[in-house]
Amino acid sequence: MELKLQLCKQQGRFQLALELAISGDRIGIFGPSGSGKSTLVSCLAGLNRPDSGRILLDGKPVFDSTARINLAPEKRRIALVFQQHGLFPHLNVRKNLLYGYQRCPVAERRIELAEVAEVLEITDLMGQMPETLSGGQSQRVALGRAILASPRLLLMDEPLSALDDDLRYRIIPYLKLVSERFRIPFVFISHSLLEMRLMAEQVAVLEKGTLTAVMTPEELARQRMGISPSGYINLLELGAPQERQRLLAFPWAGGELLLSGGATAEPGMFELSSKDIILCKRHPDAISARNLLPCTVRNLFETGNKIGVELDCKGGTLVAEIVPDAARELAVTVGSTIWAAIKASAFRRL
Amino acid sequence: MQFAPADIQAILLSAKVGVVATLVALPLGFLAAWLLAFGRFRGKLLLELLFNLPLTLPPVVVGYLLLLLLGSQGLLGRALDTLGITIIFTWKAAVIASVVVGFPLLVRSIRLAMEGIDLQLVQAARSLGAGPLDIILTVILPLSRRGIMAGSSLFFARSLGEFGATIIIAGNMPGVTQTLPLAIYDYASSPRGEGTALLLCVVSVVLSLAVLMLHETILQHKKGG
Repeated sequence: MELKLQLCKQQGRFQLALELAISGDRIGIFGPSGSGKSTLVSCLAGLNRPDSGRILLDGKPVFDSTARINLAPEKRRIALVFQQHGLFPHLNVRKNLLYGYQRCPVAERRIELAEVAEVLEITDLMGQMPETLSGGQSQRVALGRAILASPRLLLMDEPLSALDDDLRYRIIPYLKLVSERFRIPFVFISHSLLEMRLMAEQVAVLEKGTLTAVMTPEELARQRMGISPSGYINLLELGAPQERQRLLAFPWAGGELLLSGGATAEPGMFELSSKDIILCKRHPDAISARNLLPCTVRNLFETGNKIGVELDCKGGTLVAEIVPDAARELAVTVGSTIWAAIKASAFRRL
Repeated sequence: MQFAPADIQAILLSAKVGVVATLVALPLGFLAAWLLAFGRFRGKLLLELLFNLPLTLPPVVVGYLLLLLLGSQGLLGRALDTLGITIIFTWKAAVIASVVVGFPLLVRSIRLAMEGIDLQLVQAARSLGAGPLDIILTVILPLSRRGIMAGSSLFFARSLGEFGATIIIAGNMPGVTQTLPLAIYDYASSPRGEGTALLLCVVSVVLSLAVLMLHETILQHKKGG
């Protein structure tokens, strides 16, 4: 999908003035609160009329102030998924799911209820009313409802913000799965760097109503490492573990990582902050950290007042962050060898 | 002591006026509430004031203004005359008086219910392909149904008690335009009518209590979920 927009919208003192051309099936819009994300969403969905400009979806205008085109929201076929699920409280799950489906022209219906319900694991919920659903179930039903409208684009406005951490990362696979399985491109709006990395392939960064950059989520995460309180988040896909000395040994990059902190003995995705990796020039005699990995420095990058060190650990990649003084003492250069020490409790399952 | 046929007619006419007025006012009240709750247009404040005016005006004033409008010399009255329609001093005038006087109560109740609807639901419905009328029928109407029911019962109760505007534009003709409050007024102001007046008062209180109980039941149900 290709999204091109050039628009201007004044709302009180706030002005959104954007020019953006971005393509891909998983587009992210990243920005802090007050950056204009919500205004952009409402302009894209047709719920708010820009003062001027144009919005093109795959080359077709949904809004063009010069040509006086402003498609009504119901004609745009851009389905919204909100932060709060927005399920119709007077309709049961089945009727909620079918709301958009029944309003989609028969010839353009390409997704069936049973298939969506199976993928989202909501088949058993059909007769229930929204008030009886948990947060995660509600969000899956909202997602299914949007998908069943066979939209040209799925517009997800902070869809995970209202969920607690555990639930948030359990919903993400569903979001990606439906997009891939049913081939519906999406625009994912969030202020979370981690969500951007898990969801988007290209990210447009908004600040104070203007576009500041378009980049990959990986580039964005590295750029923000120095100013983000959680640093750079390493995402590690770990295989099935074995128990070892009251810790769990997960296979990773030809070696293994020892994890504690209540990690369950199942494979999965884990996060590790760049702040939780200690670099040593030589192998320490004794250290409390349970993971000591020999690495090669693959790349160095500067962000804020920190230096990011991209490490090659026998094929696996980790990013650590250090202050410039530490970089000088360690004499890290691209290609040099170094030891990375990581506590077993530093990992968190997503 | 028992009711005269005219008393029974007054009770039945009150009920008839109340039911017809409610049926006439409901679609108009729904539309007005929708305009005030969701509309964004110039003159909204003026419209709001106009809808609420009968709430603060003495009903006699409302009746007199209606008489000026619908009377044989009135702007609307003359037009209706040419079509052979007479409103003034018929039971239809009592309906109109009830509609106008009770309208603010109905609109307010429905509007409050509509304003309680999460705007996101409307936005979701639009993004799922529903047009404005579709949204009114499938989202706004069902989600404001308790406000509609509560407003209707309150409106009906107000209609049963309507006196000032009715006596001005419908008159007080027993068996024709005499409603329950007008009959009570007649008996209360005649020398030996106190007993019947009291009996009709009891009927009026019972009817009003029944409607208000229904209203409260609807509101309690709303609070309960």
